[in-house]
Amino acid sequence: MDQAPALTASQSDVLPQEENGLPLKVKLRRAERMKKIRAMALIAPLFIFTLLIFAIPIGIMLVRSIDNPEVVSYLPNTKVELDKWSGEGMPPQTLTAIFATDLVQAYHDKTAATVGKRLNYDVSGMRSLIMRTARKFKSHVPVDATLDTFVKADKRWKQEKYWNALKRASGSLTPFYLLSAVDKKIDDKGDIVNVSEGQAIYVNIFWRTIWIAGVVTVISLLLGFPIAYLLANTSSKVSNTLMFCVLLPFWTSLLVRTSAWVVLLQKNGIVNSSLMNLGLIDEPLTLLFARPGVYIGFIHLLLPFVILPLYSVMKSISPGYMRAAESLGAHPAVAFVRVYLPQTLPGIGAGGVLAFILAIGYYITPALIGGPQDQMLSYFIANHANSTLNWGLASALGMILLGSTLILFTIYNRLTGASGVKMG
Amino acid sequence: MTASANDPLVRFVNVQKTYDGENLVVKNLNLDIKRGEFLTLLGPSGSGKSTCLMMLAGFETPTHGNILLQGNAINNVPPHKRDIGVVFQNYALFPHMSVVENVAFPLTVRKMNKTDAKAKAQRALDMVQLGEFGERRPGQLSGGQQQRVALARSLVFEPQLVLMDEPLGALDKKLREQMQIEIKHIHESLGVTMVFVTHDQDEALTMSDRVAVFNDGIIQQIDDPATLYECPQNSFVANFIGETNTLCGEIVSSDNQACAVQLPNGVKITAQNVAGHGAGVQTAVSLRPERVQLNDVKPDFANVFEATVIETIYHGNHVRVALDVGGQKDFRAMVRAGNIHADLNPGHKLYVGFSADDCRALDPASA
Repeated sequence: MDQAPALTASQSDVLPQEENGLPLKVKLRRAERMKKIRAMALIAPLFIFTLLIFAIPIGIMLVRSIDNPEVVSYLPNTKVELDKWSGEGMPPQTLTAIFATDLVQAYHDKTAATVGKRLNYDVSGMRSLIMRTARKFKSHVPVDATLDTFVKADKRWKQEKYWNALKRASGSLTPFYLLSAVDKKIDDKGDIVNVSEGQAIYVNIFWRTIWIAGVVTVISLLLGFPIAYLLANTSSKVSNTLMFCVLLPFWTSLLVRTSAWVVLLQKNGIVNSSLMNLGLIDEPLTLLFARPGVYIGFIHLLLPFVILPLYSVMKSISPGYMRAAESLGAHPAVAFVRVYLPQTLPGIGAGGVLAFILAIGYYITPALIGGPQDQMLSYFIANHANSTLNWGLASALGMILLGSTLILFTIYNRLTGASGVKMG
Repeated sequence: MTASANDPLVRFVNVQKTYDGENLVVKNLNLDIKRGEFLTLLGPSGSGKSTCLMMLAGFETPTHGNILLQGNAINNVPPHKRDIGVVFQNYALFPHMSVVENVAFPLTVRKMNKTDAKAKAQRALDMVQLGEFGERRPGQLSGGQQQRVALARSLVFEPQLVLMDEPLGALDKKLREQMQIEIKHIHESLGVTMVFVTHDQDEALTMSDRVAVFNDGIIQQIDDPATLYECPQNSFVANFIGETNTLCGEIVSSDNQACAVQLPNGVKITAQNVAGHGAGVQTAVSLRPERVQLNDVKPDFANVFEATVIETIYHGNHVRVALDVGGQKDFRAMVRAGNIHADLNPGHKLYVGFSADDCRALDPASA
């Protein structure tokens, strides 16, 4: 009895202590180092590829949402004077003089239009104002131009708002695009205010995006759940066939599938004519270029992404739980709700989050099947990136999309713990 | 029909079960389960014992015949209305509920209010010595603890019958033995009827009031453990329960009780004529190794032969000896330590002796 504690004590003394002069932890680290290097070498190619092709370009693109280079680069001397000016009242003569010189220089460098375009985002009509003034000044460059010189060139310079816009655009970073993306702006007094009702569209579109994504996620889960259950609980022969059907859409191009829906959902398309032949409806439903079509297209697209995580979670739930619950006196329906359903929550969460995240960022389906009232945030991002070339706003909208995705994912992770997401 | 205390709790009447329509997993089962008894269904895997249990629990329906509970046919009663507790081999504790919620589950589905259910579940947990673990998740418990929770859960709603499907199969030997005793004590203190399925004969012998030995969808023998071990009715039971020496031969003469069997090497032994065959019939004589006496001098027994020691294996409290008896090389004897009257070194010649009462002439073993 006396010896046993003494023995364990001496053991615990020896083990973590130095042996061959090295602490055990150091030895362990050394032994594991080779393994770690090997693992990193396996990850490295993909990591570098992702970094160069994906992460860095996205990062650069996102910077554009706050980047404001036009005035800083093309009217450099004006920028210095703008920084000195408080922004109240009319600009001082030092500023107008330098601005006139810079403007002429910018006109010769062919950068005045870029500056004008940027200022036009803030105050409409400012592009023409800048260009007109620059053209007038270029023939004989005004020396020590005053406010009057500008007003003579164009009467609009009498108004403070144009000078304020110039002042607002003089920082190298700007909150302008991000505020625009949430229908806000900085007014002449420097306060953040809502934009006029006619211009406010993005908040509305944001909530529309969330709503459409939410609806299709919920419907996909409702439709996918029974299929996943069947897949997980039937004979392997049936489940293989079913799984094939579930995966089939993955082998068809997304564009082809979406175009197919365009054909099917037309006024005289197969869906409408079948429903009419069955006598379920009297006149064709408006499916294409309308909300129902968008929902249908989305749900078809997202179902596999909902079914697969659900299936993988359900597969791991032993049928023994239901049996146990029933033997303990629970009606099968009660057993399902109290015992089976809670265990599928990780799958519902993973499938739901996956579907939702895919849906809020989706472009092709609403663009092809939806009408003007069904366009989502991604459409406007594409529009600003490709058509209006307002990359700052495109990037700010993208930032909002990315931000909401990340917030959603964080909440989900908090709720379920990292172990919740188990794919395949 | 009124059920009196002497009526069996459960009756299987001519029950058959097939899954594929070709092979009967259970062939014509007739079995009465008495009130308050501890009955074990013992058999190798695929012998139909688990199927019987699942039919009783309601997860399988008999293809033919009736199962009566308290005298009422329950073939069409769904599992949740049978009031039978089931303990599964893999415990089947609900992972998303705490231990005490698990145990309270059968009470809450019976609409007992939450406070009462929790108090009762707590008492059940105390009974299996897990009172302090109520707030944990099942995954945080060891296998033995989980099985005790499963046991508490199946008992907490005071079912008339508790079924256990190889509940100790996943535990290590020591824990298993401890749980066997614990289950036995719970059975004794609660007086609940228990039906236990196992393929482990030791488990069956130590725990049961009666054991039904299954093979091939048929009950080979149903008896109390001692009878089953000492008086097996056929070769399968003799071989399945404990160890046995099987000596195949032909009956040369017989009366009702005893018979003489001639082995292929010409040796004649006297045995009990269990199968009741007459002369000229093939038989297998079963003899337990511990009933064999080994002696340097010729002992006084009905059957005495000369033998050579082939191998001796030391087991601490006993010694196992493999012997060559008249050319039969797999003859085994078991001698208790302290009861050794012979030199057991390999190659040594000695006498083996056993009484005619310990030899049981059964049906010729098929395998």
